[in-house]
Order: sequence, then structure tokens, then C-alpha cells
Amino acid sequence: MREKTYDLIVVGGGPAGLAAACAAWEKGLKDILILERDQRLGGILNQCIHNGFGLHYFKEELTGPEYAGRFVKMLSDTGVEVSLDTMVLEITPERRVHCVSSKGGYRVLEAKSIVLSMGCRERTRGAIGIPGTRPAGVFTAGAAQRYVNMEGYMVGRRVVILGSGDIGLIMARRMTLEGAKVLACVEVMPYSGGLNRNIVQCLQDYDIPLYLSHTITQIRGRDRVEGITVAQVDEARRPIPGTEIQFDCDTILLSVGLIPENELTRQAGIEMDGRTNGAVVYENMETSLPGVFACGNVVHVHDLVDFVTGESQRAGAAAAAYVQRGETPPEDPLEVFCGDGVGYTVPQHLRLAGVDKAVDVFFRVRRICKDSVIRVTSGAEQLAAYKRDHMAPGEMEHIVLPKALLEKAVGQITVSIEEVTA
Amino acid sequence: MFDVAIIGCGVIGAATAYTLARYQLKVLVLEAENDVADGTTKANSAIIHAGYDPEPGTRMARLDVLGNRLAGEICERLDVPFERNGSLVLAFSEEEIPHLKKLYSNGVANGVPGIRLLDAAQVRELEPNLSDRVVAALYAPSAGVISPWEYALAMAQVAVRNGVRLERGSRVTAIRKLEGEGYELHTGTGDYQARRVINAAGLHSEEIHNMVAPPSFHIQPTRGQYYLLDKSEGSRVNCVIFQCPTKLGKGILVSPTVHGNLIVGPDAELVDGDDTSTTAAALEQVAELGRKSVPSVDLRASIRNFAGVRANSDRGDFVIEEAAPGFIDLAGIKSPGLSSAPAIALEAVELLKGTGLELREDPDFVDGRRRPRFKELSEAEKRALIAKDPAYGRVICRCETVTEGEILEAVRAPIPPVSVDGVKRRCSAGMGRCQGGFCGPRVLEILSRELHRDPTEILKDKAGTVILTGQTKQGGN
Repeated sequence: MREKTYDLIVVGGGPAGLAAACAAWEKGLKDILILERDQRLGGILNQCIHNGFGLHYFKEELTGPEYAGRFVKMLSDTGVEVSLDTMVLEITPERRVHCVSSKGGYRVLEAKSIVLSMGCRERTRGAIGIPGTRPAGVFTAGAAQRYVNMEGYMVGRRVVILGSGDIGLIMARRMTLEGAKVLACVEVMPYSGGLNRNIVQCLQDYDIPLYLSHTITQIRGRDRVEGITVAQVDEARRPIPGTEIQFDCDTILLSVGLIPENELTRQAGIEMDGRTNGAVVYENMETSLPGVFACGNVVHVHDLVDFVTGESQRAGAAAAAYVQRGETPPEDPLEVFCGDGVGYTVPQHLRLAGVDKAVDVFFRVRRICKDSVIRVTSGAEQLAAYKRDHMAPGEMEHIVLPKALLEKAVGQITVSIEEVTA
Repeated sequence: MFDVAIIGCGVIGAATAYTLARYQLKVLVLEAENDVADGTTKANSAIIHAGYDPEPGTRMARLDVLGNRLAGEICERLDVPFERNGSLVLAFSEEEIPHLKKLYSNGVANGVPGIRLLDAAQVRELEPNLSDRVVAALYAPSAGVISPWEYALAMAQVAVRNGVRLERGSRVTAIRKLEGEGYELHTGTGDYQARRVINAAGLHSEEIHNMVAPPSFHIQPTRGQYYLLDKSEGSRVNCVIFQCPTKLGKGILVSPTVHGNLIVGPDAELVDGDDTSTTAAALEQVAELGRKSVPSVDLRASIRNFAGVRANSDRGDFVIEEAAPGFIDLAGIKSPGLSSAPAIALEAVELLKGTGLELREDPDFVDGRRRPRFKELSEAEKRALIAKDPAYGRVICRCETVTEGEILEAVRAPIPPVSVDGVKRRCSAGMGRCQGGFCGPRVLEILSRELHRDPTEILKDKAGTVILTGQTKQGGN
């Protein structure tokens, strides 16, 4: 059963996939198909009914569904095909996409290029191993958000949030507004994992205490959560005896990290980066498999959807260029190394032939950095330095490296952080 | 009046019901929880042991070896995931080799097929990821890994399909001896009379026994804690990897599960009742001992910790006996209880015969069970299944690729699930790396629709495990 060959198949119709498809259409690709597993486009934005989206990209403040809606509208003005309620089971190195849906049955689609935009999933209780009983009432913050915002159901009345990732902070406010009592937000690290604006607007504005360097050491309750013990942790993140605090709660929301959803990517044999848990990508978001691109949270977890959009537009445009002009000529790429204080970079490889004027490099720092310099070096030579007053692991950093500067590099560049001591 | 009432529908009760369903008998099964296999059966190492651990001459020795053989046949007939991947008991020093030799001679005496001692090089060839410190091992090819809850469920389903009556949510609170023969069992859902009673109440078997007979054994609930790791770790080892047993049990094992994950555990700790909570200290110990066997095991790939409580007793052997006239204990079924289950059921049948119960085979008995497993089908089979029923084209659990069709099939089969975890045990939705984060709400929606219940009534697992506490926009009430 042979079906037509698409110019581009986009796997996942969230913000990344939508932006990539729109950009590829603008660049002149005609046969584009988005495969989305849910019954509507927009991905996780559909359950993010709070505002704060689009400040960078649209220069105005939108809710999640509004932000997604803008792109769905743009898409409806194109000839991009959409297949909803469709699950991709496998992507082969030959760019064949196996997918199933109730309507379409089992299909094997061929594509000249593919954009991977499957997003990410939440870390769970099992991944962090909270001891105690295993009652109902322990939710990942995103699952709770879906119940509350999309299904219209409450998940509990007395809530403790574990982890200070953005979804957890947003849900602290959301649950409060729905009449629940949020007793605390507990974070194992000495700093928050979320954006500062969310700490202020979601916790401080509602007098919800944030316990930094604390964690849940025990969950109690046979059927439903009845209480928890929270304790302070030492520098090795081990609970300190004698610091226990008891909370009488019926609900725990976990906001303890997001993991890019890359089962299809791994299965296709694409090279992965253990630091991002996403594919290793070049400057144009191409993976190690030529013609297969990746963008958004499936590559690295973003804080702001605006940056997902930008990255995905580059991926979509690059997919179009691949179909129209063929493979980027092989060359020895520049490797981007993580120096002191840098947790990862995206992209990990740069091909100068693929760089027009400049290249965007995204990264996260590994610790809170005040009055610091981001140094870009190649061997002993410093290529660039950028001053920053404040950087935190919870906020993605971004530098723009001009091509002229990269041409001076030999083999690799290293991005590192240096605190300036007064 | 029932001919036989079985108290408890864990794997022992289920195997007994399945075995009795072939006879012309009115059989009742009373299960305290809202689902079968919801106690020790769902939280253990999920191993079908070869049978070299028990001392020769014990019931455990005989029933383990027989149960192992029967498990292969039953799983084939009832479409239960079971794989004979073999087991290794490791010796880390010359001092431990006599332990291996003792187990080897047990195995030979117990009739364990194919058992043999391996030297370090042979072990390495079989299992390259084991510790360099391993000097020898005992290999038993007949050991295997199973889906214990599906094993019990499948046997119970076939029993129910053949006329056995199962009452869930029916905890036996009192038993009255009837005039003449038989007993009256009091439960929250009603009173039942039966000529014979089988006590397969697991952790509660002592309580049940003491309702009709003087105390004769004591259950010592023994908790074991586990790590369940992502499928990325599932091929770290091929066999079930044991260490030399200690007084408390068979020690920490590392094994692939039949579902493709890796399991590490259990420890052994006496607890009160059925306390299945996990503790940081025990898990740390489990991790350390797991790494002793397989140093490269990546415990950061954990997707779940859990604990199960075994119904160990103060007797060295299984308690399988007539405790009062027509009242049979199947109690103290510690490890290798899961392995022995179908053989224990045969013992129960023999004891029932001994009580004068007439057993006539039922010519209408229909054995066998099949269920669709979308993920395991070929492309052509997947196409055909979706063409027949489009619900198989809708993937609900993406980690385990479980379709709506499979969930609907489970809901329509005998003993339908009443909870999200019930669906998980029946078709693996929510068993994967996201632990139901994505599919939980969708499974809840399907259950609500199919069972005609309000979403707030859908449970996570047992009675009282409420997921949703009400609707939004109610001012917090």
C-alpha cells in the first residue's frame, strides 16, 4: 500500500510543530502533513489558560490557547494537511513514518524531510523516589492542570507542590483561585527551578511559602494522601534529621522536571545528547539523520514558548531548504563544548556553510551566577564575551554568535561562565 | 448454598477457582478488595522459580517444581505473558560455592530440569554485565518471569466465564458453622453459605482461620521493597539474577520483567499488617545490593518504587490442610507461592475430595483465553485489527502503545476493571515511563463513559482512592 511522498512530515502539532509547518510553507514547500496525537492542535498550550505567552514574539500578552490559536489560524491559511488523533509508532532512517489512527488506520507515509516536535513529558514520583505510601492524590502538575483546566475537575483541597518548576508555580495559583488551600511549595535546590516572575505572581502574591533546600521525605495515607513530612536537605541533597515539618494535605503536585519525549528519535537511531535528553542538532536544527530536524521541547526544555517558536521556524525553514536544495554539504563541524558553569548548549554542532550571518546558541547555567561573563573561546583564543548581571538554571540563556567570529574558531568553541569577583 | 466458597482472589484463590471450574460445582469467590490480584499478587518479584531453594521433601519443593511446569501450560492456554529466561544464583567468593552446591543438590533432588553449575567464564558469557567478582553460579533454565496479576486475572476470568461467581468488595468479617455441614460467611455485601470453605486470604489467612478453628499458625507479614526501571535498562541482564540466599529470603534479585523493564529488589522486613509503604533506608540498601550483582545498573532510570508484603508464616512450609471439617487453609503462602499456585490448587482439590465432596468433571467447561496486544502485532495484523474495530487505531497510553480497543476489550471481558490501576493491570496502560501522566485522564474518561459513572467516582485503585474531589468553579467545596 503505497501512499504519496510528502515534502515534510511534522510529528507533533504543538507550538513547535505549528511554527515549523508554517515556516516551511512560507519557504515554498507544498506537501506538508502534521501528525498530532491529540484531538486538537496546540499541544500543552491548550491547558495553559494563564497569560504571559507571546511577550517576545507577538509583543503582547496572550493565554496559552490564544497563542496556539494564532498559529492554528495562520496554518488554516496554508495548504498544510493535519491528521489529528494520530499516533506515530515508528520513524525509519529512510524517513518512513508509521502511524495509526481510528480514521486512517495503519499508514506508512514517506517524507522528503521530517520535523520532530513531540515535546516533553513530566518527571514522576517514581523517577525521584519519594518514600512512603502510594495513595491517590499524587499528580504531576501537568496532569492536574489538564483535569482542572480542560476537564473541569478539582484534584484536591489541601495541596503541597513539590518542585518549583513553572507548571508547579502556575498550578499553585490555579488551585488557590479554585478555592483549594496551597500550603507550601517545596524545592530541593537552593534556588527555584522556575521563572522569577512566576515566583512573584504565583506564590508571593498569594502568601504561599516557598521552602528552598527542602524535600518531601515521606507520604502518608492509605487510600488518599493524608499528610507528608518535609525536611531540609544538606548540600548533597540529603534530608537533615531534626528539620522535619509535617503538612496535613490531601494532594501533592509534582513539578520536578521535564524530559524530552524522544522514544521515536532513539528508535530511528538518531544521535542523542545525554545532557539535554534530546537529539544532537546542528545550527539549522538538523539531527544526525540528514533531512530529519527537531525543535522545541523535544530538543531541550524551554521556559518560554516564544523561543520555541523561533527555534521551530528555523527548523521548518531548514527542512524546506533541505527539500529544495538538498543536503548541507559535508564539512567538519565546529563542536560546541560546555565549559565551566554551562550545563548544555543547543546546537551542539555548527556547520559554517549553514550559517547565514549569525547563529543563536541557547544554554543553561548550572548554578546561580551573579555579575558574570559568558566567554566564548576556541582553544586559547577568546572569541567573544557577554556580561550578565544574573543567570539562573531556571532561565534559559541565549547568545548570538556572528559568522565572522566563528570563522576564527578552530575545530571547536567552548562556552563558559566566569564570575567576576569585585 | 454453594458447594465451595473461596476466600480471597489473589493468585492462590484464582488458581483454585480455575481448577474447580472444571467440575460440576457451585463455586463462590469472595474478594475483599474491588479487584482481583490486588494484594501480595500484584507486588512481588514476578518470578516463577525453578524449585532448587526449598529443602527436598517439603511441600514447597514439590509444589514449586510442579507449579513451574503447570505455569508454562496455563500461560500458553490463557495468553499470559511468561518467559522462561532462566535464573542464576551468584557466588561472589569461594566461601559461597558450598551454598551453590547445596542448592544444586536440592535442585537435583527436587527434580528441577536442566540445573547446572557454571564457572566464572561461563557465567560471563551468559551475562556480560555481571560483577567481575562473580566466581561461579548456579544456572536453572526453567525459571522464568511472569505477569503475576494477569496470571491471577486470567485464571479468575476463565473461572467466572465457566460459572464461578466472584463477589468483589466482600471482606469476610465472620464465619458461622452451620448445623450438619457447611459454613455461613458474613461479608459487607451479604451472607453466603457454602458446604466447603477454602481460606486463600493471604495476609489475612490467620484471621480467617481463627474464625473457625483454634490458632495453629501465625502470619508474619514480610515487606519487600523494589525499584522498577525503565525499559532502557530492560536488557541489562538476560536471566533472573539472584545472590546466595540468607535466612530472610532469596536476597536481592536483578531481573528483566516480562514486560521489558528491569526489577531490583526485594529486601525483607517484618511489618505490621499490610504496610506497603517504602522507606529511603531500605531502598538505598536494595540499590546497593543490586549494584553488587550488576554494577552498571542505572537506578536513575527508576520509573517506580513499590513494596509488597508476603504472607510468611511461623511454619517452615506452606500451610495446606483441613483446619476444621470442610474448611481448608491455603495459608502462609510465601515465596515460592506464585510459582506453586496451580499446584497448590491441585492440593486443595485433593483435600476437598478427602472431605467427601464429589467432583464430577463438567463437560461444558471451556478453557482458554486470548486478548489483543496491539503493540506485539505485526503491521498486517495491526491493519486488520483497526479495520475491524477503529478503536484499535486510537493509542491511549503512548509509553506502552495501548489502544482504546484494548481498554474497551478489558471493560467488556469478565471481571471488568473499576479503577485506573485496574485498567493498568489488564492492559498495561500507565505502566510505562510516564506512569500514567498522559493516559491517566484519558483512561479515567473512558472508564467514566463505559461504566456510566461520574468522573469523581472513578478510583485510582482500591476503595477510597479518590482521584477527583469535585468540579471546579464550586468555590473550593
